[in-house]
Amino acid sequence: MSYLINSDEILQTINMIDQQHLDVRTVTMGISLLDCADTGTDACCRKIYDKICRNAEKLVPVCEQIEGELGIPIVNKRISVTPISLVAASCDTEDYVPLAEALDRAAKTVGINFIGGFSALCHKGFTDSDTKLISSIPKALTQTSLVCSSVNVASTKAGINMDAVALLGKIIKETSGIDPVGCAKLVVFANAVEDNPFMAGAFHGTGEGECVINVGVSGPGVVAHALKECKGLPFDTVAETIKRTAFKITRMGQLVANEASKRLGVPFGIVDLSLAPTPARGDSVAEILEEMGLETVGIHGTTAALALLNDAVKKGGVMASSHVGGLSGAFIPVSEDAGMIASAEKGVLCIDKLEAMTCVCSVGLDMIAVPGDTPAETLSAIIADEAAIGMVNSKTTAVRIIPAKGKKVGDRVDFGGLLGSAPVMNVHAGSSVRFIERGGRIPAPLQSLKN
Amino acid sequence: MKKAIVSVFAKDSKGITAFVTSLLAENEINILDISQTLMQEYFAMIMLVDLADCPLSFSELSGLLKTRGAERSLDIHIQRSDIFEAMHRI
Repeated sequence: MSYLINSDEILQTINMIDQQHLDVRTVTMGISLLDCADTGTDACCRKIYDKICRNAEKLVPVCEQIEGELGIPIVNKRISVTPISLVAASCDTEDYVPLAEALDRAAKTVGINFIGGFSALCHKGFTDSDTKLISSIPKALTQTSLVCSSVNVASTKAGINMDAVALLGKIIKETSGIDPVGCAKLVVFANAVEDNPFMAGAFHGTGEGECVINVGVSGPGVVAHALKECKGLPFDTVAETIKRTAFKITRMGQLVANEASKRLGVPFGIVDLSLAPTPARGDSVAEILEEMGLETVGIHGTTAALALLNDAVKKGGVMASSHVGGLSGAFIPVSEDAGMIASAEKGVLCIDKLEAMTCVCSVGLDMIAVPGDTPAETLSAIIADEAAIGMVNSKTTAVRIIPAKGKKVGDRVDFGGLLGSAPVMNVHAGSSVRFIERGGRIPAPLQSLKN
Repeated sequence: MKKAIVSVFAKDSKGITAFVTSLLAENEINILDISQTLMQEYFAMIMLVDLADCPLSFSELSGLLKTRGAERSLDIHIQRSDIFEAMHRI
């Protein structure tokens, strides 16, 4: 073709979309709710509902329009809001469930898939509002369908709030006692980011503007496919190939972000360069690692392979976008990745290896099902380990863990849709009770003398 | 000028090009460039078109091409050319 773009390139793009599951994983509108504070809980809920509906009225139709014109699926349309523990702090109520219900109603009215921000930031200590919010989580997540919650319990600058860690273990357990799916909508963070477009951990940070558009790209299938051309070649070539592929994926995300921002009249925030898998075959991060030469994900060599992947995705993506942020990296949610599920079912991939993998990848222990009788203190200890990794390495880590009521190791739990299904994984039997009972804070780590 | 890329995939048979080009002409769409390839028994045609005079909205046109194409077992997509430029050109 005499036109600038040749037909091979056009076919390549169409194949990426049709055969390799390339999509924009999410367009997330961040909305500040700080001006919705009110002493009357009903008034606060009404202001929240009205503001979300007003700002996001066109979000879904505009995204659908962009999908149609560019021919690229935008899988999720989502909203993140200011952490509700801040918005509701002056409300005259002990129970924050009505606020979650207001978010849920607004999300349904505007037709989005999820709304994030039923959140508290308590990495150094609790405000009264943080405590009220956290104790409302079990009911809030099981009585609503689209609300997602997150709690930041640690940071590199503040250390780990072990009282929060202890409390969250109990909260997770209580939530799963009502409905395990509730736990899939709760993330416990260390170093949470303010502009994350991905769920369940998205919230609109206080450093953000009034309203913003953040975009999360995906495309593990495209990377795995590109690596099929690199059989037997050295890692230099592997890294280069991933970078080139990530560049293309991110450019597409940036285009969608620009279009959405222009049409909605809302400033563009960031593109999150993430490889987010789905349970569909051929849309798996595990498959990329296996393509690098690992027989099964989870064996020795997995951490190194993931480190290379995570870094190359960022290097390729950074140049393709004007602003990069969010979590940016490879996600390893067990239940949402066919390759991870297969390995966990074979007994190869275990929690200890996943924990090691989280040292070099984007988030943490994500969508892991454990036996229903796992003690709350063990859940807290798992959170503490993960928070320590984030705190010491100055990175975001998170835990999204589901104690599966009435299930044992080897059973399967179904969450439905994008959340997938997970095999119940083994946890260490020893007791962490005395460790968790101590409470207090683990001090912030030294930032020099790094070894 | 409103540029878009029309791509057509199908099992090769007689008259595909004639069918698609007349469908485009009926809707006042000007073809700027065409390329065709045969991959095994599959036919792939890619056209750069100008939608400036097309009376239909993008989504109406996209729907029309999809349904009329499906009647003849053709897979017809239309996409704004921006996505290819973003992905393949710095």
